Amino acid sequence: MTGQAETTKATGTTVPLLSLTGIVKQFPGCLANDRVDLTVLPGEIHALLGENGAGKSTLVKIIYGVLKPDAGEIRWQGEPIVVQNPNHARRLGIGMVFQHFSLFETLTVAENIALGLTDAADRKGLRTRIAEISRSYGLHLDPDKAVHDLSVGERQRIEIVRCLLQKPKLLIMDEPTSVLTPQEVERLFETLRRLAKEGCAILYISHKLEEIRALCERATIMRLGKVVAHCDPRQETAKRLAEMMIGTALKAASHQARGEANGGPRLEVKTLNLKSEQQFGTDLKNVSLAVKGGEILGIGGIAGNGQAELMAALSGEMLAASPNAIVIDGTHAGKLGPRERRALGGCFVPEERNGHGAVSGMSLSENAFLSGHIRRALARNGLIDSGKTAGFADDVIKSFDVRTTGPSAEARSLSGGNLQKFLVGREVKQSPSVLVVSQPTWGVDAGAAAAIHQALMDLADSGTAVVVISQDLDEIFALADRIAVIAEGKLSQAIPIGEASVEQIGLLMGGMHGTSGGRDVASA
Amino acid sequence: MLLRLEPRGEHSRLWTYASPLLALALTVVTAAIIFSVLGKDPLQSLYVYLISPLTSTTGLPELFVKAAPLILIGVGLSLGFRANVWNIGAEGQYTLGAIFAAGLALSYPDAPAILLMPAMMVLGILGGMAWAAIPAYLRTRWNANEILTSLMLTYVAQLLLIYLVTGPWRDPEGYGFPQTALFSSNATPPMLVEGTRVHLGVLAAFLVAIIGWIVLTRSVIGFQLRVLGQAPRAARFAGFSQSRLIWLSLMVGGGLAGLAGMFEVAGPVGQLTPSISPGYGFTAIIVAFLGRLHPIGVIFGGLILALSYLGGEAAQIDLRMPNAVTGIFQGILLFFLLACDVLILYRLRGPKPAAAGGA
Repeated sequence: MTGQAETTKATGTTVPLLSLTGIVKQFPGCLANDRVDLTVLPGEIHALLGENGAGKSTLVKIIYGVLKPDAGEIRWQGEPIVVQNPNHARRLGIGMVFQHFSLFETLTVAENIALGLTDAADRKGLRTRIAEISRSYGLHLDPDKAVHDLSVGERQRIEIVRCLLQKPKLLIMDEPTSVLTPQEVERLFETLRRLAKEGCAILYISHKLEEIRALCERATIMRLGKVVAHCDPRQETAKRLAEMMIGTALKAASHQARGEANGGPRLEVKTLNLKSEQQFGTDLKNVSLAVKGGEILGIGGIAGNGQAELMAALSGEMLAASPNAIVIDGTHAGKLGPRERRALGGCFVPEERNGHGAVSGMSLSENAFLSGHIRRALARNGLIDSGKTAGFADDVIKSFDVRTTGPSAEARSLSGGNLQKFLVGREVKQSPSVLVVSQPTWGVDAGAAAAIHQALMDLADSGTAVVVISQDLDEIFALADRIAVIAEGKLSQAIPIGEASVEQIGLLMGGMHGTSGGRDVASA
Repeated sequence: MLLRLEPRGEHSRLWTYASPLLALALTVVTAAIIFSVLGKDPLQSLYVYLISPLTSTTGLPELFVKAAPLILIGVGLSLGFRANVWNIGAEGQYTLGAIFAAGLALSYPDAPAILLMPAMMVLGILGGMAWAAIPAYLRTRWNANEILTSLMLTYVAQLLLIYLVTGPWRDPEGYGFPQTALFSSNATPPMLVEGTRVHLGVLAAFLVAIIGWIVLTRSVIGFQLRVLGQAPRAARFAGFSQSRLIWLSLMVGGGLAGLAGMFEVAGPVGQLTPSISPGYGFTAIIVAFLGRLHPIGVIFGGLILALSYLGGEAAQIDLRMPNAVTGIFQGILLFFLLACDVLILYRLRGPKPAAAGGA
């Protein structure tokens, strides 16, 4: 580690920390990596860019020893090696923060980290070291909290701390900023820059082009399993990077009927109070909002401030105490379950794809049936109309350009972005009167995110009231007509997007929580 | 370590079906080893255990008679297991079904069969349901684990049975044996094949398996059960009521176990005795897993485990082996089945992972 730290920044003569040549990985029906070359120098921050299905995840799994390449050579500090497994990778000094976390929900933060350590001696004084690392890198964590009560953002911090404990020479980050506030992202970047300065190379996978331009010194761009370009992202525009990645010119999403909504609200929440079912969950306090048809309301906020509870309250997974706390299209729905709310026209896309929005072991047809059978009348006499269901799934697949073999493919076989397109499409295709989506583009590549954004805007244009709960402020600013911020279970008043600034919203997200804070800012 | 397990990252369809076959093969090999350790000729013993029961004229019909309760119970358990509702107390529900039906048969021995038989079936189902309702209530109201409650209620049911046959229901002309009077012919299910013991319950078992298959794969209810088992949060997202599905699973499982108990006492046994079941309710758990929790698979599982009962009897007679050989065979089978199921999610690898190109 220390020897590496002394090696300074990339120079022509430095031995690459990691170099891959001619990596090939074939999956049934898909060539995931086609003769891929990649060189990472010590202490550099290197971006790996590409759409979902471009083969980035496969490539980093090969580096991390999760997958074995069919052909090609890996050199680590100049020596040819075969990475046997992730343990071996960690011993070499490769750490990885996955897009999907591998944490035990019932254990505490410290226990989860202890489980990831290979050496028993490391466990001594672990809690102090966790505290030290989380302090020095600005990754706040309570070592005694159970994971199931943590937000996605907090879970990610566990993974990062877990890697840092191993003092890696190479840290692989897979879509790390999707769930962080602007302030948190800035802090993470500071952490990463500091790590790089200490000699740790970082392989950074993201679709957020602005971030890559701000953070990375070199980029390798992949498309359809091949490396298509190398560049210095600081020298390129975000648009140019996106075009290299997607291979075609991008068009920005647009939303015509913005602010032109007439008539009464289609979704109304009136002073909703709800106790969280989770031990360390966030209770909702006096939450009120109203969304008209044709309007998109963005709800920002840091992970774990009541977004999950708000989503559950809107979808009917948790019931309100009084029927008129939630009104869908004029009907008091507070005490109606998810099925009745769907019948009224409410459709929902939860944050978690696997196991919540979709059953990963079931086919796309069955997953289409899961939430679509009421509005699309996919059942007859208690039996599933399989022809009609497959037709519906196929319609979603085609309209949303979901890359899959067809309606009978299992949900788990889809990449994150493709599954998300399917889940958003499943709800959009039910022509809802109200659509509530949580984190619509978390872990989704730029191409899929643009498609999802366009779909949400088109839906609003067709008269649906849309609520987007997101921790990605850029997303809210791009999509929404108004923005409200949830903090500690309280929702601020909604501000028209034109009058809101990122700083203002950042303040609402952080210290200035509560309705009074919201009003102050709203009236400011 | 000689062998390593490597996660596949997905379910292997091949091994889902190959695992029970491999488990069966390993069980047969292990049984042969046990036979030879016991000083028997292993091949001849295997012949006696697995083949000879089927060669006699009564063999095949008997196989179906023994398989019927296993299939009935196994189908009900499969539906529940799919929803992660672990009803381990089918043996008790079977006993209560038998008791309920027997009460009716003993009270109205002369009622016309056309009324008595359906009434006994209904009471058998109700008896099983009533017993399964206790764990269902405890689970949905107090979140008490149904594995424990349903299992422990089995012993309560057994004691209730013993109380009845040694006390109030004991046959006064039975020379003090702990058993009820024999049921009247009106209370005996009709035989489907002349000269065998193949009764109405065998037909019922096959019908139930086919209905169970349709329910599981085609119906909205079956879909809800599968979603609840695979992703409880997705079930909640879709608005499928968990407690309703828990009740449903236990009612179906209990009802079918009760029906099996009714057919068994009314048919092959013919009266209530303390030993109305050679552990059908427990063996049906193995049947359900061997049949991959699929009602059609359960038919095959039921036939295979029925053979283990017949084989056990043959081994007692021809090889002078203890009856325990049946339980050993069944236990080894479950053991290997659970072990082989690891291959569905993992693949075995040699000590040194093959260099690049292995995967």
